[in-house]
Amino acid sequence: MTHASVDVLVIGGGNAGLCAAIAARRAGASVHVVEAAPKFYRGGNTRHTRNMRCAHDSATEILSGPYTEAEFYEDLLRVTQGNTNEDLARLMIRESKDILNWIVDQGVRWQPSLGGTLSLGRTNSFFLGGGRAMLNALYLTAEKLGVTFAYDSEVVDLELEGGYCRAAIIKQPDGSQRIEAKAVVAAAGGFEANIDWLKEAWGPSAENFLIRGTPYNRGTLLKMLIDKGVAEVGDPTQCHAVAIDARAPKFDGGIITRLDCVVFGIVVNNRAERFYDEGEDIWPKRYAIWGRLVAQQPDQIAYILFDAPSLNLFMPSLFPPIEAPTIPALAEKLGLDSAGLEATVSAFNTAVRPGTFDDKVLDDCRTEGLTPPKSHWARKIETAPFYAYPVRPGITFTYLGVRVDGDARMQMADGKAAENLFAAGEIMAGNVLGRGYAAGIGMTIGSVFGRIAGREAASHARQ
Amino acid sequence: MHASDALTEADRLMTVCNSCRYCEGLCAVFPAMEMRRSFGDGDLNYLANLCHACGACYVDCQFSPPHEFNVNVPKTLAIVRAESWELYAWPGFLAGLFRRNGVAIALITAISVAAFLFLFMRAGDVAMVIPADAPASFYRIMPHNVMAGLFGGAFAFALLALVMSLRNFWLDIGEPVTTLAAPKPLWQAIRDASTLRYLDGGGVGCFNADERPDDRRRFYHHLTFYGFLLCFAATSVGTLYHYLLGREAPYPLWDLPVVLGTLGGVGLIVGPIGLARAKRQRLPDMVDKSRSGMDVAFILMLVLTSVSGLALLALRSTPAMSGLLALHLGIVFALFVTLPYSRFVHGLYRFAALVRYAREREVHR
Ligand SMILES: Cc1cc2nc3c(=O)[nH]c(=O)nc-3n(C[C@H](O)[C@H](O)[C@H](O)COP(=O)(O)OP(=O)(O)OC[C@H]3O[C@@H](n4cnc5c(N)ncnc54)[C@H](O)[C@@H]3O)c2cc1C
Ligand code: SF4
Ligand code: SF4
Repeated sequence: MTHASVDVLVIGGGNAGLCAAIAARRAGASVHVVEAAPKFYRGGNTRHTRNMRCAHDSATEILSGPYTEAEFYEDLLRVTQGNTNEDLARLMIRESKDILNWIVDQGVRWQPSLGGTLSLGRTNSFFLGGGRAMLNALYLTAEKLGVTFAYDSEVVDLELEGGYCRAAIIKQPDGSQRIEAKAVVAAAGGFEANIDWLKEAWGPSAENFLIRGTPYNRGTLLKMLIDKGVAEVGDPTQCHAVAIDARAPKFDGGIITRLDCVVFGIVVNNRAERFYDEGEDIWPKRYAIWGRLVAQQPDQIAYILFDAPSLNLFMPSLFPPIEAPTIPALAEKLGLDSAGLEATVSAFNTAVRPGTFDDKVLDDCRTEGLTPPKSHWARKIETAPFYAYPVRPGITFTYLGVRVDGDARMQMADGKAAENLFAAGEIMAGNVLGRGYAAGIGMTIGSVFGRIAGREAASHARQ
Repeated sequence: MHASDALTEADRLMTVCNSCRYCEGLCAVFPAMEMRRSFGDGDLNYLANLCHACGACYVDCQFSPPHEFNVNVPKTLAIVRAESWELYAWPGFLAGLFRRNGVAIALITAISVAAFLFLFMRAGDVAMVIPADAPASFYRIMPHNVMAGLFGGAFAFALLALVMSLRNFWLDIGEPVTTLAAPKPLWQAIRDASTLRYLDGGGVGCFNADERPDDRRRFYHHLTFYGFLLCFAATSVGTLYHYLLGREAPYPLWDLPVVLGTLGGVGLIVGPIGLARAKRQRLPDMVDKSRSGMDVAFILMLVLTSVSGLALLALRSTPAMSGLLALHLGIVFALFVTLPYSRFVHGLYRFAALVRYAREREVHR
């Protein structure tokens, strides 16, 4: 085992870790970042992101209008149904305003909202070149400031007692290392890639979940911290989960397996039965409920069905839809009961009331006398060819985390504050995000609390 | 079904990118892609020629190798691009020149230089030793009209071949002829091309060895391109002098053709060498290795043209003059006749693609 020491040790090299490292280094501390993944996969889920939600009082070059702190807080209250820590939430929202500029000073560049995401043009700032470009910029800045990095370096143990962490043990391909640190920032993401842990929370059905991001966020650090007396926050079943293409790889399929076509058709389970109102609300508001809905279906699989007129109404995705000239033929291709599927489709078609279709608003195309109903955008599925996408729950990230205060300092289960332990990003997301999701908030949590954690860790290290 | 493996791969990648779109702000390729939902050969050839190979979308991509999606846009588009040049070559039977481009261009150059040397020798020993400061000594070795006829012919051939190739490109991508005459897209394309707007990785500079951006390639390309233009201007001014003013080469050092030619010549040495070096340092994953012969050949031709021209200028009053003149003329002649079958064409198609892109932007707004 080799030995080293540093002022601030940052565990995890994603958005939260890098913001912490930069802030700590700028505050005068020596900083070392250990990242479990190899260099290409550094910054686990941050690589896959595209935007961040920040409050701002007026339109900017890239944001189409103001998004006040109050409005941001209302949105957060709504999506979490009140499952948030008000002080931390308000702190985060306040700080997010300045992050909009601070992150640019760290080399990150913005662009107007991407094609196909117009609904976010006012609230969310998009990274030019996407999350990996953003991350590369942060790494470059950190490197120029003198932060050091080690890849393929997973923290496997902490010398942590009574809220004080003396050192971390790092596993590397060619042996292990013990790094002593005056302060530690935990920014190692959630536990979404740990299927066993997901199974503990969800039961055996979690075996069928797909993980949209990095295979390296296995929650090893989170578990270690909780086991060693740090207070936990949130519910292990709460996470961001969407319905993604069932043909996606088990890990790291990213954004391109997303499907935005639920509102244009119907969704059936493998009994060929519908199970939820596909037209309940506009898609951006319902996007994040479908992962959970599909997770509750038999074998955790479902099929989005639509017909020819809808084919080009939504963003393209990686895999082409499965196509057939008739509904029974489609059923056969999907391995569903043909008679059952035909019955479901014709029951739906019969229930569809005439209306004027408009996917931009809550239109008047709906069903009558059908359970569950389709409240908007209901059009008969009758024009060949017919299409289907098989979907499974795709877990984006988990919310269970360690409890922190406004200095991003971890709180111990016995109620005391930890002495030199700080957390940022997914690993503490549950403090503000008890449930639900508002697009772009994952990165806000990482940048805001990352910067605070870095600053506080540096200040502790210098004492 | 696509005509080649590279096109099939490009289609796969554009489908991936169209469902992702993170690179949309980096260059013209991605917005142009988003205007389409499926990609025929012509579309892909258009996108490939629109790509400036800045590398940004490779280092920024969360799916680039070793990721299993294996998204490598710069390399795939480079292959498609090079294949498309072969497809468009006119006359068609010369398309093969693109395939073993290094060898082909070396051979043609050698033959051309040898032919000039031979012609000069035939002109007799006397001519070989006439000092250059004797009036019109260049043309005593080779009469001006012969020289002008020979080079005018080579130039006319190159021009015709380039125009016909461009026509093939335009037909392939399915754009109406009228676009090329529309003033606004044309002007936009001139601005984008002359500043190499899309060789800047979306603003930070292009990428070479790793994920650290730097802008050297754009700098060296500017030296090369404007060096080339200056040399061309020098020749044009010389021609005007000759026919309009009756003033014959060689011109004094301070005179316009010499000044332009010297400046351009320096650019044409430093620029291509800088580009060649940058190319060597590039992440090997991004580069279409199989075509490096073509790059080297073109870069060498530019450098040789310039070096031989400058040497001629320096040694024009020595006995070495006539030998150097033969060398220089041989190289320039070869450069001209091979232009339509060399890396030079990238500029032509890229410019045309930029015109089309500017037009598409107008329509799609
Ligand atoms: C497909 C996809 C798209 C998304 N899009 C957006 C978006 O547009 N906007 C948004 O706000 N959010 C988005 N998110 C969520 C967002 O990715 C996360 O909220 C955010 O990246 C979390 O940042 P982080 O730094 O906490 O974690 P990460 O970026 O995941 O970094 C954690 C790092 O810790 C490392 N690590 C793990 N364990 C250890 C250990 N024991 N030792 C050392 N290192 C360890 C991991 O390898 C990883 O690199 C998206 C997520 C996915 C999957
Ligand atoms: S190159 Fe990669 S990041 Fe860029 S648009 Fe394509 S898939 Fe997305
Ligand atoms: S290499 Fe540069 S110019 Fe080419 S597609 Fe990628 S970002 Fe665009």
